[in-house]
Amino acid sequence: MAQHRNPDWPLHVRNLTVSFGTRVIQHDLSFSIRRGSIFAIMGGSGCGKSTLLKAMVGLLRPASGTVMVDGEDYWAAGGARRAEIGRRFGVLFQSGALWSSMTVAQNVALPLQMFTKLSADAIAVLVALKLSFVGLAAAADKMPSELSGGMRKRAGLARALALDPGILFFDEPSAGLDPVTSQRLDELILEVSNGFGVTVVIVSHELPSLFAICDDGVFLDAEVKTAIAHGSPRALRDNCDIPAVRAFMDRGQLERMPAKEDNHGR
Amino acid sequence: MSPADLSPPDWRLDRNGTLAVLRLSGDWIACETGVRTADEARRILEDASATTVRLDASNLGRWDSALIAFVKMLRELSGEARAQAVQIDDAGLPEAARRLLALAVESGTAGTDEAMLHPSLATRVGEKYFDAWAQAVEVAALVGDTALRCAAAFARRTHTRAIDVFQIVCDAGAGALGIVAIVNGLIGAIMAFVGAVQLQRFGAGIYVANLVGIAVVREMAAIGTAIVMAGRTGGAYAAHLATMQGNEEVDALQVLGIRIFDFLVLPRIAALVTMMPLLYLYGCAVGLFGGFIVSLATLDLTPALFLEQLQGAVALKQFEIGLAKSVVFGALVALAGCHIGLKAGRSAADVGRAATAAVVAGIVGIIALDAVFAVCTNALGI
Repeated sequence: MAQHRNPDWPLHVRNLTVSFGTRVIQHDLSFSIRRGSIFAIMGGSGCGKSTLLKAMVGLLRPASGTVMVDGEDYWAAGGARRAEIGRRFGVLFQSGALWSSMTVAQNVALPLQMFTKLSADAIAVLVALKLSFVGLAAAADKMPSELSGGMRKRAGLARALALDPGILFFDEPSAGLDPVTSQRLDELILEVSNGFGVTVVIVSHELPSLFAICDDGVFLDAEVKTAIAHGSPRALRDNCDIPAVRAFMDRGQLERMPAKEDNHGR
Repeated sequence: MSPADLSPPDWRLDRNGTLAVLRLSGDWIACETGVRTADEARRILEDASATTVRLDASNLGRWDSALIAFVKMLRELSGEARAQAVQIDDAGLPEAARRLLALAVESGTAGTDEAMLHPSLATRVGEKYFDAWAQAVEVAALVGDTALRCAAAFARRTHTRAIDVFQIVCDAGAGALGIVAIVNGLIGAIMAFVGAVQLQRFGAGIYVANLVGIAVVREMAAIGTAIVMAGRTGGAYAAHLATMQGNEEVDALQVLGIRIFDFLVLPRIAALVTMMPLLYLYGCAVGLFGGFIVSLATLDLTPALFLEQLQGAVALKQFEIGLAKSVVFGALVALAGCHIGLKAGRSAADVGRAATAAVVAGIVGIIALDAVFAVCTNALGI
């Protein structure tokens, strides 16, 4: 949606440094994300992937550098303006982060009630649609505590889609899911991204799903605390010679073999 | 994202025998230009009165969920209560929109077998009865368990760690000194105020010392301290244990074979049972001091006279009753907090409910037990 309205690069990260107090997590990160692409933020555990994501979605003010959203400096904007920009984001948190005192349908409806002037009927229609995208139409009136881990993530995705965001952020979408459920979620991300033309940013170290869906990415290293490689996970796997990246991807190559056959079988 | 450069969604229906073409135009953006209602969709189908409705998107502007929702609605209505089902031909829609539609339809039908059941009144009453009975049994079992495990603890055969007990004692004891002093001091002062005004009328101002002494030592210090602790510590225990439950910390203990009761509940009971009497004595002292100050300020009394009167009024027996109460209240507050916390569900809302329930159970329990004490001491003549 809205491909013609904005330049083709909705998200730029420039010289970004994120830190907790004086402890620098990642420094001087620069990359751009193409509209409609599925962008991977890769790296080993504890290298600062999730922290970078927090700086991108507005949960952690970076120590220096900027995040440009649709050509606008996100962190330089005032509080109200920043919240407005942030409404173009949909974020799926690691464990779904559903509000536990509301039903699944109420979770999806809340952003619509707060930020649109739609009538209750219209909101109900949209909520039903979003839940049917993720296959949870039957679970609309359930409480989050009654859902399984995979269902919770899908409900979280439906909530992230509530306002028809331009950019979707996923924090470890496959963490804690079995391979089959995780693959279904990957397919869902692909469908949604293609269907709405949404730009997707995924933080993950799950190689099978990175290879399957991402077409661009950045590789963060915990030692030098910055990005050491740029490119799609597949490209990095096939032609990157940096030892740290090799070590990460080679482990994936082993896991990749049987998965390949499955892909042919589909 | 200004709505100004958007045109509202619109359509035109061209009828041609059994085929009707629905030409969509405008921008279909849910948050800006709204969502079409089921009535509008129904009207289109009625107007079309054709067997096939072909969608044409050649003039379509921008779109998002609003369009998908609209087409989905058309589809659902087309098959509904009609002599002849209407075919919706969506080949004219953008490829991406058709894929989303397919996604919505295909995953939407999966797993619709779980219907909500609305139980009858009899079922609900029955369930409530069994719940209440189960709860009574549970509380009885809990009290019994406590007695048994306490005995085991004295024989040093439990998983309770001294360091845990010490930490919890510090939190429950020293941490509460301030609030216990404020509450009891004010209670003593209020008693003296109210008493002085009434007793002065009969020229019996000196008996304020009796009033404050007996009321504070026998009842108010024990109840006031216990209620403060129910709100401060009982609620905290419930919230803490409920959160541990939610984080699977309790499960982790259980897997290691550590008795939840010994590790989590016993230290808390021990802490409150030992701290509550001490806090009670401290509360007595502050309460009597509050009464003393107010009495001196409002009545023509010398400090020595007041203290002498107080000494004559408050026998050691009164302290014994107060101490006994405070031990029982301490056990009650700790048990209620731990029991409710461990039984709580795993969500954030459940933690809040557990904390509320623990405080309510604690306060109501304290007052009810105090009534039991009053009846018993009366019957025993003490």
